[in-house]
Amino acid sequence: MKALIFNIQRFSIHDGPGIRNTVFFKGCPLSCKWCHNPESINREIDYLYNKGNCHGCQDCVKACQYGALTFDEDGLKWDRDKCVFCQECMISCVNSAIQFAGKYYDISGLIKEIEKERIIFEESGGGVTLSGGEPMLQIDFIEKLVKELKDRNIHITVDTCGAVPFSYFERISKYVDLFLYDFKIFDDDTHSKYIGMSNEIIIDNLLKLDKIHKNIVCRIPVIKGIKEKINAFDENMINTCQVLKNTDIKKVNLLPYHNTAVHKYYKLNMEYYQDMSRPSDEEMEGFRKIFEDYGFQAKIGG
Amino acid sequence: MRGSTKRTQELRKISTTTVPRLSAERSRIETEVYKKHFGTMEIPVLRATFFKELMEKRKLYLGEGELIVGEKGEYPLTAPTFPELCCHTKEDLDILNVREYIGFKVSEEDKEFHINEVMPYWEKRATRYKLLEQNSQEWKDAYGAGIFTEFMEQRAQGHTVADDKIYKKGFKEIISEIDQAIENLDFLNDKKAYDKRSQLEGMRISCQAIIVYSKRYAQYAEELAQKESDPQKKKDYEFIAANCRVVPENKPETFAQALQMYWFVHIGVTTELNTWDAFSPGRLDQYVYPFYKKEKEAGTITREEAIELLECFWIKFNNQPAPPKVGVTVKESGTYTDFANLNTGGINPETGEDGVNEVSYMILDVMDEMKLLQPSSNVQISLKTPEPFLKRACQVSRMGWGQPAFYNTEELIEELLQAGKDIRDARYGGSSGCVETGAQGREAYALTGYLNVPKIFEVALNNGYDKFTGKQIGPKTGTIEDFKSYDDVFKAFEVQLKHFIDIKIEGNNIIEKIFAENMPSPFLSTVIDDCISNGQDYNAGGARYNTRYIQIVGIGNITDCLSAIKYNVFEKKRFTMSEIKEAIDNNFEGHEKIRNIVLNHTPKYGNDDDYADDLMIDAFNTVNDAITGRPTMYGGTYRIDMLPTTCHVYFGSVTGATPNGRLAGKPLPDGISPAKGADVNGPSSVIKSAAKMDHVRTGGTLLNQKFTPDVIAGENGLNNFAAYIRAYFKMGRHHIQFNVIRRDTLIDAQLNPDEYKDLIVRVAGYSDHFNNLEKALQDEIIDRTEQELY
Repeated sequence: MKALIFNIQRFSIHDGPGIRNTVFFKGCPLSCKWCHNPESINREIDYLYNKGNCHGCQDCVKACQYGALTFDEDGLKWDRDKCVFCQECMISCVNSAIQFAGKYYDISGLIKEIEKERIIFEESGGGVTLSGGEPMLQIDFIEKLVKELKDRNIHITVDTCGAVPFSYFERISKYVDLFLYDFKIFDDDTHSKYIGMSNEIIIDNLLKLDKIHKNIVCRIPVIKGIKEKINAFDENMINTCQVLKNTDIKKVNLLPYHNTAVHKYYKLNMEYYQDMSRPSDEEMEGFRKIFEDYGFQAKIGG
Repeated sequence: MRGSTKRTQELRKISTTTVPRLSAERSRIETEVYKKHFGTMEIPVLRATFFKELMEKRKLYLGEGELIVGEKGEYPLTAPTFPELCCHTKEDLDILNVREYIGFKVSEEDKEFHINEVMPYWEKRATRYKLLEQNSQEWKDAYGAGIFTEFMEQRAQGHTVADDKIYKKGFKEIISEIDQAIENLDFLNDKKAYDKRSQLEGMRISCQAIIVYSKRYAQYAEELAQKESDPQKKKDYEFIAANCRVVPENKPETFAQALQMYWFVHIGVTTELNTWDAFSPGRLDQYVYPFYKKEKEAGTITREEAIELLECFWIKFNNQPAPPKVGVTVKESGTYTDFANLNTGGINPETGEDGVNEVSYMILDVMDEMKLLQPSSNVQISLKTPEPFLKRACQVSRMGWGQPAFYNTEELIEELLQAGKDIRDARYGGSSGCVETGAQGREAYALTGYLNVPKIFEVALNNGYDKFTGKQIGPKTGTIEDFKSYDDVFKAFEVQLKHFIDIKIEGNNIIEKIFAENMPSPFLSTVIDDCISNGQDYNAGGARYNTRYIQIVGIGNITDCLSAIKYNVFEKKRFTMSEIKEAIDNNFEGHEKIRNIVLNHTPKYGNDDDYADDLMIDAFNTVNDAITGRPTMYGGTYRIDMLPTTCHVYFGSVTGATPNGRLAGKPLPDGISPAKGADVNGPSSVIKSAAKMDHVRTGGTLLNQKFTPDVIAGENGLNNFAAYIRAYFKMGRHHIQFNVIRRDTLIDAQLNPDEYKDLIVRVAGYSDHFNNLEKALQDEIIDRTEQELY
């Protein structure tokens, strides 16, 4: 059994306690317009082409033995069906215009990578964070992985968007030490508009998970709309508090939007939604205060 | 203003704003003594006689507000010259006077004196002249090509650290020990009895010299006190006089006397000869703590008073720029820092228990408050070190200027045990200078020069020929076409390596002899066991343990070069040996495809990737096996250190493009740090890779990490910082140090030096003012991988 993973981030210090390895699984049921890992959405290996770096030498086309690349006046064209992901095109490119996102790991291969940093987890009280995308989209693998990690006494955090069948949570809940649960927008219409689906299942799962798991941190990306409100306004935060009030959740992280992922959209040939900005520090502090007034331990950042 | 009191603020101001200058006083006295006595007395006695005259005649400096006295020159920031080691030419003096980096002002009068008196006498008597004259053509060719450097070229070997004996006995008692040793000499049976007597007589004279020096200070301070009407100043002078009446003749009784005791010894050792690397107090916190405790309990000192005294002590170190270096030596060690290095924390050498005490914390506070280049300060972290001490050290370190560095006590002990020391002596282990380890108070641990491993690999790829000097400097180990396998390449490298190490050690043997016979250091010998009982000088193997180090530079580079060839030429067959050779011969111009492959698509050291790290282990073991355990001239053994000072920049400048994609002339990686830009997997992978090297087989390794401030900000950041260090040490490794600064800040500082006069950065085993670094070194620090926030 293999899982598609697009990055193993070492020395990760904002996705759970201590110094961690964050494993980013590919594939996500949501399509948030601000997603800072757009390569995480697709459930297949992605091909990233930086047209701006490309000098048109076509060395990559020559390097490909499978005819997966063609070049015309619009630049490079990639044929997924022909590609065997040997990456010879990437290696041939002196301008680093080609990248691939996604690599298959089996359980033992992934465990081997994670075990490399055990000593650092142990000293720092860290461990592994399974993130994505939505890691539970690959639930069979995840279930095996968390059991294995638990056996090895490695702290497990799962960073989830919540939009998976609740049975998935039930399959892994007892092995997971901490859930980072994203709750993005209260208003369902806005949620659907910016995230691509209703928040009903997300809220429902959150309330259910709270009944079976006692260590959940709620994470809220805070995005300011330029033309219209997204979630960076008091009413949204108050409504969110009202929902969370019904749970045992104590901790809330408010993560201000940033636009550092723009270049990835460009390389993935995806359109980036522009009408978003970062809330000011004062605004963030105001939101934090709202959560605090509701009795939550709220902090800005992960 | 920095400084906890007005007094230390003023003293610090003098120390940080005075322009360094040269002093001819020492040279003048030495020349007079040599002209008068050379040939009439045995060399050790002559050296001691000179030392005594120096201490009798030199001008005394007693600055307003000082509580600890003694300078190497006539004033703070004044460096004496050592013509018996390195006789500066007129050109040297002119360059020093105007040199942009590490310059020294030279007065016209002193220059005249040097030209008329010093140069004619010393030019051909200086050890520098002798060793350059006596070494073989092969040695000169390799030295000229930048294969290695020579530490003793402009300095004496020194390079050791004090232990606790000077706090337990005064020089009066040491003189009795010397007299006893003379008494015990057996002229009937011991063929060396006569030599031993000369050595011991020299030692006795040098003990008298340091006592004379202190008595002169006492008298001077008493005279000043008498004339002084200001009650506070009068009190200061009386305080100094009282202390100088006790130490160093007798053992210290108070905290202040303990510091003054060390300082007299420091001045003695570093003016007797110009010792690599200065001299250090070692475990100062443990040695002076009993005095502090006793006085605090008696109510004769407060914590604040003790801090003020420590600050005065700190300023004394900072007042002493390293004597001027020229030529290659200023390139391998381009700094004013004289490498006095304090070891704080660790364990109690006698009991093996945790050694952290109240003075340990005070030292961290003083370090933080004073923010001075000297003394270079480090902490030893043992498994027994309490977490608050480690965290406090991390707090100071994340202020961003590189101090303290962190050392692993258990690993230091293991190194020294492995080198054959007794457990108690091993527990006295600590670094001198940069990261090099020795048993303090009982070992001579001299560095002898840096070895340019990537350059040797370059010579191996050129069949023993150095294309820069146009000479065949190594054996013919095969042309590029002869290399049919990776093993062929490695074999050629190994043969060249051994060849140059043999040349280096041959040269060292000659140099060791020159120093043993011409440049004994009787004063230093009195404070290092067992020079007195052996009747043998420190520079002639008199110490209990004698180790000579060769410092290895460029392990990160050679690893990536081996990987570039093994992986791409012989496994993936992406290009041939001839093609990579042509690429490096052309500095990769027109060979961008090859450069892209070796730079971006080849396993590299620093990423916790076993493919590359196994090659690092091969290279490291090969170098180590060729050096470690070989005998020295005077009963010691050779070992290696993995440290660069500033030599990685010089070595890079004489090394062409390398197969890992590094361009010609660019710096080599420092210490055991990965090559620039090679580590892309974050800081935890760096320490994992570095930990695969068997540090215990070395005498010290140096690992630099650069963090942006946000990575270790806040309480969580501090915890992670401490855990990161603990993890590296749990893996059993030697040393790690940090620059905590943004790259943008450094770039801005390079453009606007006037706005960053205070900016201090970590270079190698020491920190330096960013403005004092030559541009290539500034660039190298800017380019070090910055571990950012994820």
